[in-house]
Amino acid sequence: MNQYPVPMPDPTATEEATSPVQAPFESWGRYPTYGAKLLPLHWQSDFPALTANLHNGALPVGMGRSYGDVCLLKDGNLLVTTAMNRLIDFDPETGLLTAEAGVTLAQILDFSVPRGFFLPVTPGTKYVTLGGAIANDIHGKNHHTAGTFGRHIAQFELVRSDGSRMICSPTENPEFYSATIGGLGLTGVITWATLRLKPIVSRKIDYEGIQFHGIDEFLDLTNQAKDIEYTVSWVDVTSKGRNFARGVFMQGDHSAKKDDLKPSPKPKLIFPFEAPGFALNALTVSLFNTAFFHKQIHKRAVALQDYEPFFYPLDKVLRWNRMYGKRGLLQFQYVIPWEHAKEGTVAILREVAKSGLASFLAVLKAFGDVPSPGMMSFPKPGITLALDFPIKPDKSFPLFQRLADMTLEFGGRLYPAKDAAMTAHQFQSFYPQWEQFARYRDPMLTSSFWERVTQNS
Amino acid sequence: MSTTPQSTSTPRKILVLGATSGIAEATCRIWASQGASLFLVARNAEKLAAVTADLKTRGASYVDTAVADLDDTDQHPSLLAHAVNSLTGMDIAYLAHGVLGDQSEAERDFNTAAQILHTNFMAPVSLLTWLANFCVQRHAGTLAVLSSVAGERGRKSNYVYGSSKAGLSAFLDGLRNRIDREGVTVLTIKPGPTKTAMTAGMPKSEKFADVDSVAESIVSAIDKRRDILYVPFQWQPIMFIIRNIPERIFKKLNL
Repeated sequence: MNQYPVPMPDPTATEEATSPVQAPFESWGRYPTYGAKLLPLHWQSDFPALTANLHNGALPVGMGRSYGDVCLLKDGNLLVTTAMNRLIDFDPETGLLTAEAGVTLAQILDFSVPRGFFLPVTPGTKYVTLGGAIANDIHGKNHHTAGTFGRHIAQFELVRSDGSRMICSPTENPEFYSATIGGLGLTGVITWATLRLKPIVSRKIDYEGIQFHGIDEFLDLTNQAKDIEYTVSWVDVTSKGRNFARGVFMQGDHSAKKDDLKPSPKPKLIFPFEAPGFALNALTVSLFNTAFFHKQIHKRAVALQDYEPFFYPLDKVLRWNRMYGKRGLLQFQYVIPWEHAKEGTVAILREVAKSGLASFLAVLKAFGDVPSPGMMSFPKPGITLALDFPIKPDKSFPLFQRLADMTLEFGGRLYPAKDAAMTAHQFQSFYPQWEQFARYRDPMLTSSFWERVTQNS
Repeated sequence: MSTTPQSTSTPRKILVLGATSGIAEATCRIWASQGASLFLVARNAEKLAAVTADLKTRGASYVDTAVADLDDTDQHPSLLAHAVNSLTGMDIAYLAHGVLGDQSEAERDFNTAAQILHTNFMAPVSLLTWLANFCVQRHAGTLAVLSSVAGERGRKSNYVYGSSKAGLSAFLDGLRNRIDREGVTVLTIKPGPTKTAMTAGMPKSEKFADVDSVAESIVSAIDKRRDILYVPFQWQPIMFIIRNIPERIFKKLNL
């Protein structure tokens, strides 16, 4: 039998691929990297119609913006939802938007901002899908006032691999509603969801940045900012001594002054290549951190700022993760409950500073006490800190394990969306409800994360 | 009342054939956000309904649809008449249907090849014959047709598909030569590989064209009443080179 070459992909053809394509799919941390087959879902009826003959399991994925392996499935099938991105209905009276799950938050903003509506909760990048935001029950700078993303989902449709379809809301199939929010894509495919948007009159944010030294000052500022919608801090984790835990507390509210609600311009910058492994080291990161701290010359700085740089400073440079080179980056994000939040945070920051492992983009925030709707949601009241490290095999992983164990001792837990390294024992201690959650998992769906953290330790 | 993006003048009336194809759908989203009136034709009712809901939500002034298999050329006159009646006129006809087909099957079986040629060449010729005469009577209108860079030169990997598009491009050249002077614009669109869900996460996929940018180029080319659009534009010099490789070399290449 002759082998025929595969025709060049042709965009004008209406026939869509119905068999998976072997192709690399990276998570945002670019670690780990696994081979998988990609099967795009274009229409709400594609799952499970297209997956009848698949082997080795499947996992619905969106933009691949989670850092570790919750969006990966080694040697399995990734059901890519980004072409399933249609809007279904919008009511300008209530702000309720119903859309297919592959629509990105960026696409929602392009639609909603000119109509005077904004996302109820947004993470630090707008390049995530609606389905991904639900599956990781993401949080944002307004966690203390708004809770997680899942709290603003009125309902969604969940499709199981046996072909059954159910509407899930707090009152309809509430157990699947709770299992799917924060359920890491394992309970079924979300085909569409209804999101409650909130009205705005301006693109602008009334911004204030305040320098602080140490966790006590951070906590004071957090208390003073209770009624401000958005708060987040950048903290310098490289400095010791007098400058230990210095940072900038950033707070803001949507401007109440009416202004032009034009759509955002398209980003033009792409990080053009993989930086060499030595580009990020203790010296360059320490210089960056010092520069960031002193960029703000005065202790307090106020500005009327567009929402793009306020919420999405890194989205301006597409694929900025290449800055970490070929080996990728390791994220670490914990929440420690108030009981031990301060001592735990100080101890972990000291451990990081002592290690000398470079980390910038260290983000510190106090979570509020709005309950998370998901069975497996990450946020709970306390302090959360997110760090990232370039991957250095001998050093990053031992440090990560020390930090994860400290988190456990202080009664905290880690965020699966950011994780590539926690052990099964750690996961099962962080999330003792995992076995209850496992009962709602779809038998066809799994992820490399799930396989890793549920193995017998 | 909240502000919604709308065009200032009366909504444009646009007929879209093959409305559930990726590029057609992306193009329609731009027109919908401008407040256009749309008549959509596709084979699958369920997909058509999903696209219709999306375009209405995005701000289309009016959306009507018909489920039809465009291979059935006998139905074309009544389908097209119904569409222009529904729209009460027609400013733009956008032909976006087509199949890639199975090249290796088409090499073994003439019926497969004939089917590809019918869908990609005969059916558009039937539609364009009616549409061209409709526009010529009014001395107005734009016929925008998706052809392909694959029609520029036959290659062993997809020459049946390529020849159907070559025929279509030649037909459009001749049609333009006939009716441009009557005030009717004929736009031949030749897209290259486009970023789709199939290429999501691939390291090289950013080199592929983004389907929304392709759609923007198409809308802009229609607004400027251009004749031929290579999209992205890099495909114009690339195809110039491919067309000019001497045949004694070309026949040995694996393209």
